[in-house]
Amino acid sequence: MSELWQLTLHEARAGLDSGSFSAVDLARSCFERIGQVEDRVKAYVTLTESHALRQAEAADQTLAQGRGGPMTGIPVQVKDLISTRGIRTTCSSRMLENYVPVYDATVWEKLSRQGAVLLGKGNMDEFAMGSSCENSAFFPTHNPWDLDRVPGGSSGGAAASVAADEAIVALGSDTGGSIRQPASLCGVVGLKPTYGRVSRYGLVAFASSLDQIGPVGKNAMDCAITLNAIAGYDSRDSTSLDLPATDFTAGLTKDIKGLRLGIPGEYFVDGMDPGVRNAVEAAIRELEGLGASVEPVSLPTTKYALACYYIIAPSECSANLARYDGVKFGYSYQDTPDMWQAMETTRQQGFGPEVKRRIMLGAYALSAGYYDAYYLKAQQVRTLIRQDFARVFEQVDALVTPTSPVVAFPIGEKTADPVQMYLIDVCTLPINIAGLPAMSVPCGFSEGLPVGMQLIGPHLSESTLLNVAHAYEQATDWHKARPGL
Amino acid sequence: MPLDRADVEHIAALARIGLSDEEIATFQEQLSNILDQFELLKQLDTSAVEPTGHAVEVSSVMREDVPDEPLDPEDTLLNAPRREGDLFRVKAVLEE
Repeated sequence: MSELWQLTLHEARAGLDSGSFSAVDLARSCFERIGQVEDRVKAYVTLTESHALRQAEAADQTLAQGRGGPMTGIPVQVKDLISTRGIRTTCSSRMLENYVPVYDATVWEKLSRQGAVLLGKGNMDEFAMGSSCENSAFFPTHNPWDLDRVPGGSSGGAAASVAADEAIVALGSDTGGSIRQPASLCGVVGLKPTYGRVSRYGLVAFASSLDQIGPVGKNAMDCAITLNAIAGYDSRDSTSLDLPATDFTAGLTKDIKGLRLGIPGEYFVDGMDPGVRNAVEAAIRELEGLGASVEPVSLPTTKYALACYYIIAPSECSANLARYDGVKFGYSYQDTPDMWQAMETTRQQGFGPEVKRRIMLGAYALSAGYYDAYYLKAQQVRTLIRQDFARVFEQVDALVTPTSPVVAFPIGEKTADPVQMYLIDVCTLPINIAGLPAMSVPCGFSEGLPVGMQLIGPHLSESTLLNVAHAYEQATDWHKARPGL
Repeated sequence: MPLDRADVEHIAALARIGLSDEEIATFQEQLSNILDQFELLKQLDTSAVEPTGHAVEVSSVMREDVPDEPLDPEDTLLNAPRREGDLFRVKAVLEE
């Protein structure tokens, strides 16, 4: 007997439109599933059941009037750094534990106007800084495939909720891999759009030149439908791109004959799991069998991306997080008459170790005497990395790589050494540096744990990437595998 | 490049983050290890390379300066740690 919570977005849409079930039925089913598994998975910081049921009732009325859209009545999880008016938005930080936004992020404004149903807010690494969800100030999220392992991060709640069927689709954010890497580790599909494709208004800022919101879903079609709903120009985000509207589902032809795919050897790094290598190589052969041509390409600046990223992202973070001073909102230490001591103690107690580490790293990289050696140098290296990608995209239409060099690792294994944790994102960081779109698609298993392949394209090539993923999904069943919770 | 204790204290002061002795020792080691990773960038000659601030070209965006509905004062103060009337209450900034 199949349950409504098992449906893909596309299937749920068909069922709602045909009247097989109501939006209230669907929302109730998702909460029933959440009731079954959430105490083990811990994908949600906040559940919004009564709010969701009111939204679902409204969605049913809209559908009854024949005014529904693609997202009307669809239950979604939203990462807890996307502002939701009247619903606390914590960034999984003590600093914002009781913070209630007074406005909606553009993406949530768009989704709620289209009648989407908010199931709750997704757990994450604090302020999106981390690769395992262990930096949440509240609790770690557990990988639905093995509860003793991490779901990846920072959008660990988004990926785990979709993998565990606790949400039909989720919104995450990706600054250095935070959508793609957890999608890979949890066996679901995650898309990081081109920088500027989706408005960042109301996304709590981490590194403003790298952050981008995107969907985590059960397949490429669901990601395309969700991207349709959230993409577009927004005058409130000055970096948002003013482009004609695109229907990302229109390009899902399943035909990739003649598409040129490049395989950058630098992404098959020393120390990667042999099982990951095997799965990704098999996926490349599958794509070749579907008619794509495959050729090796080289991105020689890849090895500099990690250092480049860990200068730029912390520098931007140190500026963005200067706003948490305990005066206007957020945690505030009061037990001193001294303004500076209040501010320093507020930040000492409100931020966790990784956030402090990155703020300090950024403050150092931007400080007098070090700016040229670190920040300026990293921005120059950023130019070289961009040029590398631009050069290979004259040769090929898209790149195929592993998303993560390893499968989900045990909780606690990498928390002691920040550099080891940073290395996990070696295949995803360069994409944010260059502002490119990329997605992770399930392509097999290694030791019983999901493996993801990463598809990378030039700016604004989301339709191509989604079509490659969609074609691959027609030929394989990896994206349909579900953990036995 | 290893950081010494005074470096860490200086950075923490710049960032306005209070640190315990234990935190200073931990960050001294961890930040030094991370800075070591950055040495790799010295291999690249970037003397003739323009820096990139944003990866996607966006020209300066201007809009008409039209007054919009302002945030409601109650909303503005909703998350205030301390308020007095319609004001944020803060610690004394100026010395007596």
